[in-house]
Amino acid sequence: MDEKQKHLLAIDDEPVILDAIKKIGAAEGWRVDTAADATSGLHLVQKHVFDLCLCDIKLPDLDGFGFLDELRRMNVDLAVIMTTGYATVENAVQSLELGAIDYLPKPFTVDEVLSALYRGFRYVELISKLRSAKPGLDSMIVPCPIQYRRLGYGSWCFIENDGSVKIGVSDLFLKIVDPIRALRLQPVESEITQGFSCAEVEADDELVHPVMAPISGQIISVNQKLEQDPSLTEKDPYFEGWLYTIIPKNLNYELKYLTACNQAYGS
Amino acid sequence: MFSKIAFKLIITTSLLAILIFSGFAFLTIRSQNALLLDQVKNFVNAQSETIKNSTKVAMLGNNREVTHAIIRTIGQQPCIRQVRILNKEGRVIYAADSSQINMVVDKKAEACYSCHESNQPLSKLSISERARIYLPPGGTSRVMGLINPIYNEPSCWKAPCHAHPKTQTVLGVLDLTVCLSKVDREIKAAKHKMALLALVSILVLAIVLWLLVKQLVDQPVQKLLVATREVASGNLNYKVPELGNDELGFLARSFNIMTQKLTEARQQLFQIDKMASLGRLAAGVAHEINNPLTGILTYASFLLKRTKDQPEINKDLEVIVRETMRSREIVKGLLDFARQSIPKKIRTDIHQVIERAITVLENQLLLNHIQVKKQFSENLPQILIDPNQMQQVFTNLIVNAGQAIGQGGGTITITTALTRLSPYGIAQIRQALCPKGHELMDEQTRIDGLPSIKLKIRLNGKESFVHLDPIYGRKNFKSEISINEKDPVEILCPKCNISLIDKSKKCPECSAPVYTLEIPGKGQLQGCFTSSCGWQYWEYIEKQGPRDYIEIKVSDTGCGIPPELINKIFDPFFTTKGQQGTGLGLAVIWGILENHEGIISVESKVGAGTTFTIHLPVNLD
Repeated sequence: MDEKQKHLLAIDDEPVILDAIKKIGAAEGWRVDTAADATSGLHLVQKHVFDLCLCDIKLPDLDGFGFLDELRRMNVDLAVIMTTGYATVENAVQSLELGAIDYLPKPFTVDEVLSALYRGFRYVELISKLRSAKPGLDSMIVPCPIQYRRLGYGSWCFIENDGSVKIGVSDLFLKIVDPIRALRLQPVESEITQGFSCAEVEADDELVHPVMAPISGQIISVNQKLEQDPSLTEKDPYFEGWLYTIIPKNLNYELKYLTACNQAYGS
Repeated sequence: MFSKIAFKLIITTSLLAILIFSGFAFLTIRSQNALLLDQVKNFVNAQSETIKNSTKVAMLGNNREVTHAIIRTIGQQPCIRQVRILNKEGRVIYAADSSQINMVVDKKAEACYSCHESNQPLSKLSISERARIYLPPGGTSRVMGLINPIYNEPSCWKAPCHAHPKTQTVLGVLDLTVCLSKVDREIKAAKHKMALLALVSILVLAIVLWLLVKQLVDQPVQKLLVATREVASGNLNYKVPELGNDELGFLARSFNIMTQKLTEARQQLFQIDKMASLGRLAAGVAHEINNPLTGILTYASFLLKRTKDQPEINKDLEVIVRETMRSREIVKGLLDFARQSIPKKIRTDIHQVIERAITVLENQLLLNHIQVKKQFSENLPQILIDPNQMQQVFTNLIVNAGQAIGQGGGTITITTALTRLSPYGIAQIRQALCPKGHELMDEQTRIDGLPSIKLKIRLNGKESFVHLDPIYGRKNFKSEISINEKDPVEILCPKCNISLIDKSKKCPECSAPVYTLEIPGKGQLQGCFTSSCGWQYWEYIEKQGPRDYIEIKVSDTGCGIPPELINKIFDPFFTTKGQQGTGLGLAVIWGILENHEGIISVESKVGAGTTFTIHLPVNLD
């Protein structure tokens, strides 16, 4: 879809995983560089310009979080997707809080890693377009209303007066996975956990994109209008196109991992 | 016995009773004494009046012989000691004892003193003043003397003998002395009665008190004591029976509430501890399994995508992907479960578990020409273990053994046996605290692979550390300086410097200072660590006595572990296998055994092989 070859950096201490990423990347026509630890990864980052990085949290030298810190310190603008075999809520939300754009728990299938990487590339593309756009023309992506909060860039939440929380998908996420073929929601009364998938968006290219729950809790209502018209989320992602209303479980604790909506993406 | 409440109460009350009784007796006997003596005085006075009157006629007639006869007769009465009549000059004129006649009595003598106290003699006196009680020289019982003045009367100066002039007031004195032995006997008897009464009362009082104290204090306190001992030895379910409505009853109830709260707190702690170790275990397993699973899943799903046109292969690949996804869910479940689950222990035949572990690894071992020798002891009892966790223990040990042997071939020997072990060298101290509650276990310094107990010592101003072997009774310790039994060593908590020395104790073997450590829930550990000794005493374990264990030895003929590494092998993330190992295998084993109250130890000789020995307690419930 792009004339320029995409350039991916994969960092993991397991050679088998790096080999797998290389194979997948080659099949997709990407250029993939690999590093077995954070230090050699940082060396590569200084030498080349990468579009995206897939980084394991547990590395022999620095851990993945240290790698993110180091990138920020070096003032390198690189979108990072974190991955780990020890997939806990803490690891997931901490990754996003520290500036990773996405989180991919191990073990993953090819489709899962592909959907995450596609989203990553699309994200980078859209953000750079957004940045280069002249003021006044930036309306191509609608940011979430300022009283909302978001987890990463993908999902938003809004605390209602009665203490329940409304959850939805951001315009940016929808633009990234566009065009949408189907929306798979969970039934009422399901428990959702912050940082873990709470809904799936199936794109036209058959990739399935998980929506990370911004807050943990129990679903008390699902937006019925979406059943008849899934495109409602795209038309009005922040109001009519909400996904769930939930009763939050640990709101005060989890709020610290959320970002206010008035902050720009990728900063 | 002298410190018992009953004894103290009885002694105090008895002393008080004695005091009260003697005071009472003193007063009673005194008034009784006075009353008796008054009676005696009146009686003696009456007697003396009688003597006076009966001699009066004879004296008027100046008939001395008759007077003598009368006096003598009276003097022969049993209790009359002395009867005499003295004239004005103090000369004895008549006396029952004729040897006294014509003796002159000094004015200062006993009998005369009351009248002749002042220069002008008194002529009228009351009975009490005329009576005197004294112990005669050489006599054994008291006597009462009573003088009766003989006054001048008209008949005396008108008498034909004209013996006395009219102006004279007192003509002489009748002195009568009577023995008081009967009165004294009575007083003595009264005293005896009083003493007897006091004695009986005190005795009754003491018995009643003793019974009361026994019933109201001793028995409840005994019950409370039993309860505290039970609780101290770890039985927090023990309840003090109902002890009534008094203060001790309240104490018992509040004791029961306390133990109940302690039980709850302990269970929570226990649960937290279990959760923590299971969490560590799950994290380790997740790490270990998720990476290889990622390899399988990515490759398999990649192949699956590329072989859509080859239905046969595609179908098989689908199975691989599906099963790997299933494994992923299991691991995820394990991680989710980790926070709230404990090992699922069931009665299991340990041999089945070992066999299963061997079966899984058989092909791999055959490939490397490794032979597995099983030396299983027959009729081993079933034990309560989590078979899956325990299988992982043996799998990890066999894999390690295989790797130590390498590709050159060798033998792995697995031996099982039932042993009865004294707590010495088996019971492991997993937690030790200073009196302020600081943890003394040191994960960094390990002895035979187990975290040691770290103590600070100060000797002659120099500070150093001692690491004790956590296995009770092995008497091992590591010290930078050697300590002699007479050294004035201080043993301190490394965190708060509080002294750990029990001043009331000396090592029974070398009389060096003794340290005392709290083993939470399991009493106290005492011991010393001089260069020649290393005595230890852990009452909790000593009381348990020997326990039955199943002993499993996994030996290999591999490369062995160098002595400098043997202390590190149980550390999480320690590995000698580079990228091949996670460093979690033995740490996971250790965690599992900890959850089973089991023990693992290791012996190794470089070039000859390594033996891991596991002990699993039999009576585990």
